[in-house]
Amino acid sequence: MMVTQSAKTRNEHEASGVDAQNAATAPTLNGWGRLPMPGRELASENLETITRGAVLSRGLGRSYGDSSLPAFATDKVVATRLATRILAFDPERCVLRVEAGLSLAEFNRIFVPRGYFSPVTPGTKFVTFGGMVASDVHGKNHHVEGCFGSHVRALRLRLADDTILDCSPTEHADLFYGSIGGMGLLGHILEVEFVVRRIPSAWVYMESQRVRGIDEFLSELGRYAVEWPMTMGWIDCLSQGSSLGRGILMAGRWAKREEASPVPPAVPFDKTLPLELPNWAVNSFTAGAFNNLYYWSHFQQYKTAVVGPEPFFYPLDALLDWNKGYGSRGFTQYQCVIPRAAGAPAVREFMLLLTKLGGASPLCVIKDCGPEGKGVLSFPLEGTSVAVDMAVSADTQAIVDRLNEFVIKTGGRIYLTKDSFTRPEHFRAMEPRLPSFLELRQKWDPQRRLRSAQSVRLFGDQV
Amino acid sequence: MKAVILGGTSGMGRAIAQRLVERGDSVFLMGMESSDLARSAADLEARHPSHAKCGFAVCDLEYPAGFAAALVSADEALGEFDTVIVTAAMFASQEALEADVELARRLVTVNYANTVVFCEHARKLLLARGGGRLTVFSSVAGDRGRKPVGIYGSSKAGLSVYLEALDHKYHAENLRVLCVKPGFVKTGMTAGLKPPPFAGTAEGVAKDVVRAMDEGKPLIYAPKIWALVMLVIRMLPRFVMRKIGF
Repeated sequence: MMVTQSAKTRNEHEASGVDAQNAATAPTLNGWGRLPMPGRELASENLETITRGAVLSRGLGRSYGDSSLPAFATDKVVATRLATRILAFDPERCVLRVEAGLSLAEFNRIFVPRGYFSPVTPGTKFVTFGGMVASDVHGKNHHVEGCFGSHVRALRLRLADDTILDCSPTEHADLFYGSIGGMGLLGHILEVEFVVRRIPSAWVYMESQRVRGIDEFLSELGRYAVEWPMTMGWIDCLSQGSSLGRGILMAGRWAKREEASPVPPAVPFDKTLPLELPNWAVNSFTAGAFNNLYYWSHFQQYKTAVVGPEPFFYPLDALLDWNKGYGSRGFTQYQCVIPRAAGAPAVREFMLLLTKLGGASPLCVIKDCGPEGKGVLSFPLEGTSVAVDMAVSADTQAIVDRLNEFVIKTGGRIYLTKDSFTRPEHFRAMEPRLPSFLELRQKWDPQRRLRSAQSVRLFGDQV
Repeated sequence: MKAVILGGTSGMGRAIAQRLVERGDSVFLMGMESSDLARSAADLEARHPSHAKCGFAVCDLEYPAGFAAALVSADEALGEFDTVIVTAAMFASQEALEADVELARRLVTVNYANTVVFCEHARKLLLARGGGRLTVFSSVAGDRGRKPVGIYGSSKAGLSVYLEALDHKYHAENLRVLCVKPGFVKTGMTAGLKPPPFAGTAEGVAKDVVRAMDEGKPLIYAPKIWALVMLVIRMLPRFVMRKIGF
């Protein structure tokens, strides 16, 4: 008898012991926004065993809101982070099959030096492939490559009735497309098979441009999207008047072999924030000062550089736990997409509303998205996505409500992965696809055994 | 390095196996279940820079009769191996062991008697080919008799003494014996427990262990801070140990 088996005995033993303590110490879980909820997670290298009877799986807890949090403290939540094996790799056909808990950071560490990259990467590498499917993540290349789900070939799921099922675009396709962007609510994702990309070098050729206002931003994003496979922009969301929506636009492509060093860039040393900053550290003054500095640090209008993937794709990962910067109050991110059909004036109006409501933050990101993917609840649609961090305060609910009301009018929607404040009636109004998703849940999980704090909050789960 | 890893499918053993193959070493896995071994072997092949084949054999520390054959199949797969790593062991809480004498007998047998038998097979093979490395996971629990890990700790104390003697006796014959004493490490084994200060990760331990093997060290604590923690615990007088809970 070895570690694997004895771990089980230990887990079972500890589970009863910890439950007894629950009343006294009440362990909590939280998303990236650090708004804790009562609950605890079980971790094991063996997902097939541990997901039996579980109601929710979570990866590295990088979704901002309550999508990876349990509805009730007693719900069995599985952490997938120890299930990190690569199950198959075909270097010729570029097909990789992995256990759901493998992180993008680990994938990059192994495969970037060998000339492969994920077809789609979000703005942090500290996510698992299971989570990337559940959130159907998008990245700087959305206008070309779509979401991560478009590159997934097959999934292995543990369903609500505890059976294990393989699905793909040809096998149980409804379950497959429901699980892409389905927030893990149709089944625990156990294994993910997807196509990886060959990259000509381990470096990114990048061009950036200082942009003076929102209208210029939108037209420039459109212009860059034609020529560049990766684009996004940082917006100074505190500037108003004629410089409303000013910022820095970044575009990139993988550097050609002759443009870049043959040696892959060194992965930067992990830095951490040693303590939680006080709640007043990020305020309208410090955020304004930061935004001014950052904006004018890009003094020339155009810059080009060859940089590593880390600073290009994951600038915030350089400080491991930057979420402590918002202090004990926690924070949320509001991310919505405004359809192209609503036009540039709608985006301008949204920025106006955002600056007026004043969610003082140094972080606001804009991206033009390509067409909607096949995931039933997948977030992006053709239009402009804006994401902004907000420290939580007494006004947060009212701000989110106002923004949501505006987004509903434009025909847009929000990103569940970032959300903790949207009201169910607002979500129903902005999500005409919700009934199809609920039908899938009715088919695959009629008792609604799989649930999260978010599904109970937004989908009207009966509990 | 051509390494056999008993227990290489999970926890710290898995992390060591991954670290070795990623730098190009060859690994042969031993463990309890062939389906689990096959999944880990596939993982190691994908991580190896030239996708070298990774062999495996079922080997259970409860059944010493299978040890010799498993080591023979490792030799067949690797050519002559030069390194044997043992991370496998059995764990149960003191309460469970006190409640079930048969469980206690099994644990002490697996962690001490059978691990020694496995190491003896490995030692003979390694010495016959002019030496090599034998790396075995003991535990900080073996450093002092403590209330919450009395029985488990005693099995590891015996193992640590055996490994130390092995190092003394065969160092001159080029056998490099490394005794690893992990403190609290966040793996599947400890997943239900609240991590104490200084809790390590399997990857961090693997990094330290591989470096210690390369340098030929006889003993390491992992994470390293546990050397200091255990130094203090070893110096605590008996009347204090009787009072405190750990």
